[in-house]
Amino acid sequence: MGKWTRRGFITAGVVGGAALVVGVAIRPGDQASKVAKYVKGKNDSLVTAWIKIGLDNKVTAIVPHSEMGQGAQTALSQMLADELDANWDDVSFIEAPAEDAYANFSMAKGYILGDANIPKILVGTVDGVFLQATKAMHLQITGGSASVRTTGVYGMRVAGAAAKALLLESAAEAWQVPLGELSSALGYIHHKNSGKSAPYAEFAAVAGEKTPSSTPRLKTPEEFTIMGKDKPRFDIPAKVDGSAQFGIDASVPDMKIATVQAAPVFGATVKGFNAEAVLAMPGVSNIVNLDDAVAVVAQGYWQAKQALALADIQWTSTQEDLRNSDGILSQFRNDIKQARAEGKTEEDKTQGNPEAAFASASRIVERQYSVPYLAHACMEPMNALARVANGRCEIWTGTQNPLGFKHSVAEALEIDSENVSVSNFFMGGGFGRRSNADVAIQAARISQKTGHAVKLIWSREEDMGHDHYRPAVASDFRAALGENGLPTAWENTFVDKHEPVEAPYIPYAIDHQDIAFVNSPTHIPFGPWRSVDHSQHGFFTESFVDELAHEAQQDPYEFRRGLLSAHPRHLKVLNLAAEKANWQEPLPEGKGRGISLQESFGSIVAEVVEVSVNDGVVSVDRVVVAIDAGFAVSPNGLIAQMESGVIYGLTAALYGEINIENGQVKEQNFDSYPMVRMATAPVIDTFIINSHESWGGAGEPGTPGTAPALTNAIFAATGERIRSLPVSTHKFT
Amino acid sequence: MINITVNGQAQALDVAADTPLLWVIREQLGLTGTKFGCGIAQCGACTVHLNGTPIRSCVTPLAAAAGAHITTIEGIANNDKLHPVQEAWVAEQVPQCGYCQSGQIMSAVALLRDNANPSDQDIDQAMSGNVCRCGMYGRIRKAIKTVAGSPVQMYNPETDAESQEVQHG
Repeated sequence: MGKWTRRGFITAGVVGGAALVVGVAIRPGDQASKVAKYVKGKNDSLVTAWIKIGLDNKVTAIVPHSEMGQGAQTALSQMLADELDANWDDVSFIEAPAEDAYANFSMAKGYILGDANIPKILVGTVDGVFLQATKAMHLQITGGSASVRTTGVYGMRVAGAAAKALLLESAAEAWQVPLGELSSALGYIHHKNSGKSAPYAEFAAVAGEKTPSSTPRLKTPEEFTIMGKDKPRFDIPAKVDGSAQFGIDASVPDMKIATVQAAPVFGATVKGFNAEAVLAMPGVSNIVNLDDAVAVVAQGYWQAKQALALADIQWTSTQEDLRNSDGILSQFRNDIKQARAEGKTEEDKTQGNPEAAFASASRIVERQYSVPYLAHACMEPMNALARVANGRCEIWTGTQNPLGFKHSVAEALEIDSENVSVSNFFMGGGFGRRSNADVAIQAARISQKTGHAVKLIWSREEDMGHDHYRPAVASDFRAALGENGLPTAWENTFVDKHEPVEAPYIPYAIDHQDIAFVNSPTHIPFGPWRSVDHSQHGFFTESFVDELAHEAQQDPYEFRRGLLSAHPRHLKVLNLAAEKANWQEPLPEGKGRGISLQESFGSIVAEVVEVSVNDGVVSVDRVVVAIDAGFAVSPNGLIAQMESGVIYGLTAALYGEINIENGQVKEQNFDSYPMVRMATAPVIDTFIINSHESWGGAGEPGTPGTAPALTNAIFAATGERIRSLPVSTHKFT
Repeated sequence: MINITVNGQAQALDVAADTPLLWVIREQLGLTGTKFGCGIAQCGACTVHLNGTPIRSCVTPLAAAAGAHITTIEGIANNDKLHPVQEAWVAEQVPQCGYCQSGQIMSAVALLRDNANPSDQDIDQAMSGNVCRCGMYGRIRKAIKTVAGSPVQMYNPETDAESQEVQHG
């Protein structure tokens, strides 16, 4: 066990006699962060990348990032293979099978090295490269669009480069030649002068005894051979022949199937139910009272579902039983108004002297915006398989946060977390939803209470009605305009602040700013939803900027350009989107273009949406996306993420609306929560800028700019300004 | 006992007649490639072929499939040789999370079998019952078009597969 630095460590060893293992760990610098609760011991880390070079010269990357379709596992492997100068065909990827092994260094060693007699593990420190990592550590494991920009940049590349350096050093010693005369390529080391060549595996045992460099030299972009190239994703073949195993496909011998109905009003509990009717149904073995839910356990899902429908569950009443969406929005507006009037808002960001700027304004523009609650609606309904026996709990599920699940389940069952294991599966969509352990906890409790191994499958209705929702948010703005119509001050007050902190901030040069929020709690459960707070603030700020352009009687693209002098990267992205969308070309009557600009998760995205409005019906014809993510490790993968983020954002903007009626969610299934489908999906054209600035995320940044670009386009086409989503609640003439 | 043929294999099932075909396929037959998405024929994740016609197995009672030939995602490849639609899905790197893709592929196979050169409107019509929450519609459309353009003989699992009977209960 080596010495830990404040930010991380790098280590090497050998296994099985001659295979080289190199590990890099990053741990949170800020133990008080929200992830700190998952870090139990002082040597725990949250992002750990391990690579193994086998006797057969095969390279295996072992990383705790789960696959929900973002292609991160392939991109991470590309980063490793490139720095290592590996042969791409010899590279494979294993997801860390148990989170403990990845939270804890000594356990990880045990897993990687098996029961082999561990040789001297040499540890150095990694300086510099970890400096940027601590900020990202505030986000959960697979979330925050963090895979490539944290594990990849600070883990995989470093591990690959360090391993390569060790191998070259070992070869130089073995061949008695100067290090500088050696070269590496495709998993081999070559010495040109003597004509010697040998695979990495030949030097693995010796390399494992060496101390890895704390600051291995990383390649410059011109040296990349695998990063920046399109490689077929590892996970795709299994996803076209039905063999991919999702959580819902997990099974163990003698397992039973359960389904559940939770209290329709969040906070209510079970008062009573008809156990007799349920237990009389064929195949049913148990009915379980989970306090806030009732579960039925049967041989099959259909039997459980049919029986549950007969349970006639009575629920306690709560003080939220009469709550509805309109009332919640009124609460938000009143709380904002009152806090502003009394000077009791929570300060978010203040710059300049907004008060004076408003006092001397030629004109003041005020606007109010709002967005509704949204469900994640992953294609795969929530599910988990649990087996609780002999003081242990095994969980099989698809999760974005295995570590969090482990600790949450342990806490719920009141057992030691060392006795909980989580086996991760493919996720049929995550989008933030699969970071919450609620379904795994339910499955574990049902198993604990019945003694059966139980696969719990939620119905779609349960999934939609018991999500952790993108919050409904109200956001009010005022701008002070000078005599020339340009804004001098920007005031924004919204309800409830989550993450990321910078979500409501704007890149535009407006001297005086007052951004503030008020807390306005409701009983609706909150959870991260693709792009988190950017999903609402992107719509608010980019709508209001568009309105200010209109007030200044300027073209919305030119108006933004004029305020971006301090942000050349943003300007380039905006220009590219406008150029590719033929912004300057006039459109016929009934059509319109809208533009948006949003930086999130380290990436800058501009979108231009083109719409047609015919007989009051909006159709989206084309979306142009320009993105600067620093560097596109997998260009086709980045493009796919933009396409996905845009459709996700478009579905929300056009139709997405979870309404609260009598304290409960009204929408139940896809018939009342519509989706963009093949016939309504626009053409999406994505253009990438490789600026080689710091690397950003991909999974989320495509989403926030879609709604404002859409509603700005509708304004251009119809003159109607949409200030509350979704679009489907508005009528156009 | 209800008899159906799944991917060329005869199956005798002692299962309640109102059980949706989806759960019979997944739980009794262990073919988990066919997915549960909504339970009300709104998302298409459960699409299989019944006598060659794409259907939503989540709302099709087993009784309605009695005596019929069912083809699932596991039944369209010709042994190790992927179906041309599957190959196109790989070539275009269509799936993201992949959960809806069995259903998408089954809808696309049926479309292309009946219509070798579908127009955009044909594709809209045939594919709009299948939701892709990852939004890969553009790639699905492109993949369908690449198959449409190629002179590949379509494998027909209904006639090409061998038959043998298995009992379940």
